[in-house]
Amino acid sequence: MHTFEFIRPADSAGAVTAAAQAKTAQQGADVRFVAGGTTLLDLMKLSVETPARVIDINRLPLDKIEPTPDGGLKIGATVRNSDLAYHPTVQRDYAVLSQAILAGASAQLRNMATTAGNLLQRTRCVYFRDTAMPCNKREPGTGCPAITGANRMLAILGTSEQCIATNPSDMCVAMAALEATIHVQGAKGARAIPFGDFHLLPGSTPNRETVLEPGDLVTHVTLPPPVAGSRQIYLKLRDRVSYEFALASAAVVITVAGGRVTRARVALGGVGTKPWRSPAAEAALVGQSVNQANFAKAAEAALRDAKPQSENAFKIDLAKRCLTHTLQMATA
Amino acid sequence: MQTTDTQSETTINLTVNGAPEVIAVDVRTSLLDLLRERLHLSGTKKGCDHGQCGACTVHVNGKRVTSCLTLAVMHDGAEVTTIEGLGNPEKLHPMQAAFVACDAYQCGYCTSGQIMSAVALLKEPCGPDDAAVKELMSGNICRCGAYANIVAAIQQVRKNT
Repeated sequence: MHTFEFIRPADSAGAVTAAAQAKTAQQGADVRFVAGGTTLLDLMKLSVETPARVIDINRLPLDKIEPTPDGGLKIGATVRNSDLAYHPTVQRDYAVLSQAILAGASAQLRNMATTAGNLLQRTRCVYFRDTAMPCNKREPGTGCPAITGANRMLAILGTSEQCIATNPSDMCVAMAALEATIHVQGAKGARAIPFGDFHLLPGSTPNRETVLEPGDLVTHVTLPPPVAGSRQIYLKLRDRVSYEFALASAAVVITVAGGRVTRARVALGGVGTKPWRSPAAEAALVGQSVNQANFAKAAEAALRDAKPQSENAFKIDLAKRCLTHTLQMATA
Repeated sequence: MQTTDTQSETTINLTVNGAPEVIAVDVRTSLLDLLRERLHLSGTKKGCDHGQCGACTVHVNGKRVTSCLTLAVMHDGAEVTTIEGLGNPEKLHPMQAAFVACDAYQCGYCTSGQIMSAVALLKEPCGPDDAAVKELMSGNICRCGAYANIVAAIQQVRKNT
């Protein structure tokens, strides 16, 4: 591992000031925040990340889960994934988030990994993780061997000619369906970012994964008030029963009245270059009666723009069946 | 801005298996390497060194973590428990005794991590059936395939406590 300067700021303002000196907050950043370390230290051992300064934010007061005045929930940046998943309010009102977190990683990793770290979890694309290989995300302009290589696990939605890397997070899929807001303290003050605007599509700049700029510190995430009468399910399909990244997953928050869908929020995981909210599937569901045929139509809509790679065409049908089955579970 | 340290080496305080330790470390040192190489507590094993296998599992402030994937400097002031702190050959921890009784290992390399995870699991929300135990133990890989007996050992301890 390359050496670095280890900094433990006294407050969030100090963390922002220290990080604001970075040239970028994206791939290759010379300054990095560390919380759980489960992504960052992994990538530092691989020399995929080589920050000159590492800012420890674990002592900052960002580890609380609190109700918001509007009846929603505020989740601190350094709340551990396990504490979030087992929080009684989350289990009761935001069950899809609890289910998604518990479907990811292992108990040990969930005890370490944090809210903000999970938002910034990096792809598991094997070429990104191997510095002997070209990778447009890691080294812009070097090419994408995944497009003609090992792409079974990679994305079918939101890809570009430059990058087909999957976003690996489970937590983010649930947060997309719950319409979370990400709160950032930066060099120019605080701002709130709607969940869908936080992650970027790879396009021609796959090294840019989020809208974060140097100095931006994610301080917390807020969830809107729970939707009365909604049912929530996260379903994850993978090569093993446990402790594996998704081939396809679905988060559904759905409300049904009189046998018809009155409100639906749908997001997919394991298939997109970012956590994949599907407005098309939501529109296809609302007003329709609860049945298999209508769920299948919504799944068709969600995957309409899917572009298979050489080894992962199976993901199109898998994702459709995953979503259809999740909708059945949520309305049973 | 205050910083407690901006050097590449720093001194940290840890309580390891009940004993206070003051130790100067390179900031790059993982908690695992500190335990093994500096404190010579070699019961904790290095398997993958990337948080994937669970061999390095220890307890930090009562919670199980993979010690390879965290820096020692991030745990200044923490209480760490390793397999050496659970029991000893004269007085085994009930989980250690159950692993012996149930033949829950073969080569033994993953065993300390398995036991540290299993002891932590006793205090976590875990359903009563084997499937729940398997799910919460999935972060500990056993290449010998002793899984069935590991689950049996854990269930035996849960039944008796």
